[in-house]
Amino acid sequence: MPAVTIYIDNKPYEVNADTNALEACLSLGMDLPYFCWHPALGSVGACRQCAVKQFRDDKDTKGKLVMSCLTPIAKDMRISVEDDEARAFRAAVIEGLMESHPHDCPVCDEGGECHLQDMTVMTGHDYRRYRFPKRTFRNQYLGPFVNQEMNRCIQCYRCVRFYRDYANGNDFDNFGIRNIVFFGRAKDGVLENEFSGNLVEVCPTGVFTDKTLKQHYTRKWDLQFAPSICPHCSLGCNTSPGERYGMLRRIVNRYNGEVNGYFLCDRGRFGYEFVNSPKRVRAPQIRQNGISRRVARVEALETVATLLLRSGTRAIGIGSPRASLEANFVLRELVGRDRFFAGVADTEWRLVNRVLDLLRHSPAPTASLHHIERSDAALVLGEDLTNTAPRMALSLRQAVRRQPFEQIAAKLKLPEWNDHAVRTALQNARGPLFVATPGPTKLDNIATETCRAAPDDIARLGFAIAHAIDSQSPDALRLSRERSSQAARIATALKNAHDPVIIAGISSQNEAILEAAANIARALSAVGKSAALSFALHECNSLGLAMLGARPLSEALESAVGSDVGAAVIIENDLYRRALPRRIDEFFSYVRRVVVVDSLAHRTSDKAEIVFPAGTFAESDGTYISNEGRAQRFFEVFVPTEDDIQPSWRWLRDITIATGRSEARVWGKLDDVLDTISRMHPELAPVRDAAPPSGFRDAGQKIPREPHRYSGRTAMLANITVHEPKPPDDPDSALSFSMEGYSAPAQPPPPLIPFFWTPGWNSIQAVNKFQTEVAGPLRGGDPGKRLIEPASLKSSDYFGAVPPAFEIRSSEWVFLPAQHIFGSEELSRHAPGIAELSPKPYVGIGPEGASRLRMNEGDQAEVKLNAATYKLPVRVIAGLADGIAMLPAGARFLEGEEFPARGTIHSTNHTTT
Amino acid sequence: MPLQEKPLTKSIPTDGSALDLKGYEATGGYEAARKALTLEPVKVTEMVKQSNLRGRGGAGFPTGMKWSFVPLGKDAPHPKYLAANADEMEPGTFKDRLLMEANPHLLIEGMIIASHAIEADIAYIFLRGEYTLSAQRLEKALAEAYRAGYLGKNIFKSGQSLEMYLHLSAGRYMCGEETGLLNALEGKRANPRAKPPFPQTSGLWGKPTIVQNVETLCNVPCIIANGTDWYKKLSYSADGGTKLYGASGKVKKPGLWELPMGTTIRELLEEHAGGMRDGVKFRGLLPGGASTDFLTEQHLDIRMDFTEVQKAGSRMGTGTMIVLDDQNCPVGMVANLTHFFAQESCGWCTPCWSGLSWASQMLDALEAGDGKPEFLDYLAHETNFWSPGNTFCALAPGAAEPLQSALKYFREDFERHITEKRCPWS
Repeated sequence: MPAVTIYIDNKPYEVNADTNALEACLSLGMDLPYFCWHPALGSVGACRQCAVKQFRDDKDTKGKLVMSCLTPIAKDMRISVEDDEARAFRAAVIEGLMESHPHDCPVCDEGGECHLQDMTVMTGHDYRRYRFPKRTFRNQYLGPFVNQEMNRCIQCYRCVRFYRDYANGNDFDNFGIRNIVFFGRAKDGVLENEFSGNLVEVCPTGVFTDKTLKQHYTRKWDLQFAPSICPHCSLGCNTSPGERYGMLRRIVNRYNGEVNGYFLCDRGRFGYEFVNSPKRVRAPQIRQNGISRRVARVEALETVATLLLRSGTRAIGIGSPRASLEANFVLRELVGRDRFFAGVADTEWRLVNRVLDLLRHSPAPTASLHHIERSDAALVLGEDLTNTAPRMALSLRQAVRRQPFEQIAAKLKLPEWNDHAVRTALQNARGPLFVATPGPTKLDNIATETCRAAPDDIARLGFAIAHAIDSQSPDALRLSRERSSQAARIATALKNAHDPVIIAGISSQNEAILEAAANIARALSAVGKSAALSFALHECNSLGLAMLGARPLSEALESAVGSDVGAAVIIENDLYRRALPRRIDEFFSYVRRVVVVDSLAHRTSDKAEIVFPAGTFAESDGTYISNEGRAQRFFEVFVPTEDDIQPSWRWLRDITIATGRSEARVWGKLDDVLDTISRMHPELAPVRDAAPPSGFRDAGQKIPREPHRYSGRTAMLANITVHEPKPPDDPDSALSFSMEGYSAPAQPPPPLIPFFWTPGWNSIQAVNKFQTEVAGPLRGGDPGKRLIEPASLKSSDYFGAVPPAFEIRSSEWVFLPAQHIFGSEELSRHAPGIAELSPKPYVGIGPEGASRLRMNEGDQAEVKLNAATYKLPVRVIAGLADGIAMLPAGARFLEGEEFPARGTIHSTNHTTT
Repeated sequence: MPLQEKPLTKSIPTDGSALDLKGYEATGGYEAARKALTLEPVKVTEMVKQSNLRGRGGAGFPTGMKWSFVPLGKDAPHPKYLAANADEMEPGTFKDRLLMEANPHLLIEGMIIASHAIEADIAYIFLRGEYTLSAQRLEKALAEAYRAGYLGKNIFKSGQSLEMYLHLSAGRYMCGEETGLLNALEGKRANPRAKPPFPQTSGLWGKPTIVQNVETLCNVPCIIANGTDWYKKLSYSADGGTKLYGASGKVKKPGLWELPMGTTIRELLEEHAGGMRDGVKFRGLLPGGASTDFLTEQHLDIRMDFTEVQKAGSRMGTGTMIVLDDQNCPVGMVANLTHFFAQESCGWCTPCWSGLSWASQMLDALEAGDGKPEFLDYLAHETNFWSPGNTFCALAPGAAEPLQSALKYFREDFERHITEKRCPWS
């Protein structure tokens, strides 16, 4: 950052020269009101709220009003925030904005965390001189996530700029002119963009609010928060969930400059309602003779001890990619390393391990989301990112602007923060993005080129690209001329870029794709490019489980047959989603002593003799390792006091102790488990430092999870007791279940920030005050510890197993799972809104296949694969590679189906005549 | 005394028809274009610069200077564009309409020359949608010019090409704003754009673009044909050329006249417009469309050009005056104008969208006799709130001009509306 001195109200300050006066003032911690400016969306100069006075030099006493968001920093520039004329102007702007704003703060969901409230107070506007009728609107139905109340709108244009410009959605716009501009859809309907929930945070007032929160509304100041990590995909977005009365009320974004920045996807924001699901396991249960009964924790632990002791050393453990590193670790210690199995489908497990291996040996670093956002060329191999790693797709939508920015805007000397100017200059210019997938993806609309092919052919394209970059890399032979010239074009674009990123993933179920991606990254490194590599995985701790190490699930299933397995302890896993039902049924028929630790009841827990109620991410502490290899800690948001719910790792510890292994007593708190992990796994050692330990104190105090205005503390349980109960202890973290303690304006270390608040800044925009500079890292560093750093070029090598070309067979199809942002992920599917938007069963085929089968959209097909038969309506997917058929991943009817699979499709429409 | 020539209107038929290609060429039409195409583009721009031609759309920006900002040569981005701003929506203004209805080839020739000067590949005429007669006549003229080989490929056998399209605006005052027009041409909302980047370097679809008023472009052929000295001699003032002046309101002969730049207001009002109608008295005028400050009796002897009118506290604007007399209510007049501006605000920046609608409501209330004494302070505050620089574009500052000057010159009329609780003219 080039620093220069400027004068604000005659005092000198060092500021970043590459910024504007508003950002400089905010970075210095000053209070300057704004609306249309957003740290991620830049400046457009619409609201005029951030006016300051600018003076030519120290002799100029008159000065002129300028909009600070549009005023570039210049050496020795002089501005005044306090100037009377500037203050009066800002007051006039607020007055104008407030002309038609309803006086409905008491019934508005935004109240108490409203940027408009904050700015109005900051500006001092308190009396409405406007005496004419306010303009009003009819509101729209926008789907299950976002509520609209247009009368509150102040026309700052942030929503439409986020939705259209930033997220490239096209079903939302601004309509009308003057003081009657409507922000919404052309007609009522579900918002189609996967990032629509960000409108809730982007909107400075209560026009767009969280509809799921509305179902169980609580003010921000009445919520109890904790720093958390999204459990719904592998990216590890940081979140701030809020709870009251034992119910999780909502999720908001928790800024992490290296990961999610300011935005979440709708699955991450609205998937949380599974925590409140009626399917939750809330107490230990013992099943005898087919009847399940709720038991006290002591009885459950005694029973499990007897059960496990009787089965001796023969118990096995099945871990989970959605359970914390700590839970998996303690389970592994309980059953022994060689009896610990991954609760993951075999193909996926093989692929995840391959990814881990590639990352460990790649000379290219793994890319954070921030890194991807700043990349100037990208190649996506085999992954529909919008559905498998949504937030990464949003990062790519920004990355494609990088090269045009350098080539067009920078030459016109337009600063990056000047969004309006840059967009005017760039228009629709986009940098290189190549998407090679079996079927169409949402990113196609910003792609330079796409390639539609079967996974093996995508891998072959990848090998050809790597070879075109570095001839040492093995080539794919017998590529069509068209495909090899495409490979050459992609190779050139990647080579010409400064920061290319190669992205692949496991959803195409193809190992060669992963190797091809690694080869490309290595080839770029070999020719001196600083390429980065990223692999999208499926679950929040997929990589963590792989790093810990476990045997494949099939070995557990197979070893059970013939019964030398007396008992199985299964954590946070429904095995029926991981393998074919008959295999799981067979497994359970041999393993009669089944112990399940999970938060939700499912077919696997139905088989269990004992079920322990595990905390979800919101009732647990632990660590997830994201696809980037970033270890991030999440903390208990609340303790469900009426239930016996506790984190899985603690149940497993208690079980270990109950079986007489008192050495587990050393794990009194989470830090103790982390210490053991660090000692046993050098690679995982930094995990311990992903957040300050539980003993961390500042000024001798813990960090409160509750805002200092948290109300009703003494009355909440008055129906049970008039004595205010002592808040739950938290041995596992430096956070307290209290409103008392160390709080703003002093700030906790970034991994321990439960919510963003600072005096005068009640909305989430308080985050400005927590950053080293606006949109920069949090003060103290962005949370998370990266565990995998690049290997040297010399120590790595190319992979040579180029697969043969895919052959289309007239009567046989290769079935692949189609990932859906809504519906494919296990936990979020329990949220009603997500369930509503999940796809209905279907089988998707390309137009060529459809015409071979003489089938049209909606026709009934009989689909046979892996010995199962499904009757499904046909979806004709334009662009889907011929020979490939897609089935909705994670759909209930398909659970446990193993992919990739070969099978057949027949029409059932005209079977009888 | 300037030369008494009327290069813009001299050949216009008196029967209300349009000059066709044959007629236009008979009076020397397209000779200037032929000549210009033999000149280096920079030479053409230099001539326009030397001529002191200033933009006739209202702002008076020196035309040659504007063109000189366009990147030229083989490294320049292409296609480059020229857009004729024919979205004549300024209230009281009807000068471009006359040129397009009566002499469409003059505009086309001016555009060919301007396109050559900036090496534009494509030219658009962005025409106000309601100008249907202009549209018909421009369509016909464009077809004639294409047939004659003056547009399209290899124009005038020069080896150069120029495509020219007529685009009818879907309507909105903001489409006449330089960058709003570009957005509208691209099919977007006619909101103004950020400047920089200026259209000269990053305009239509991000490419270098010149947006120029119709009358300005119509001045170009005679500069090329007759030279800059001749052109400068057409004017009383430092600004070169003639000007289409107009007057509307209760004058004896409302109309439009091509006269030397810098003709006095008194001459325009008393000689050309024939003075006020019998029985009505002059109270004031808006010199160049709705978004200029009122001038009164004391200002009648000033010359109508960009510099002199500004000195008197107003702007020449489009040069088409709206005259206020004593039989009409000044409050009603500014209420009407402010209503228009409030209606036409694009809704982008707060002072404009919120302030104009509030001011419009207050003025309507005043006119209806429901005004409150504090409204006058509120209105004065609003006009100050809309000062240039406080808003995103010039719409609200323009809207402030008639209102702030009316508050200054006709304050007692406003006060009477409040004390009498009615419009004294109603």
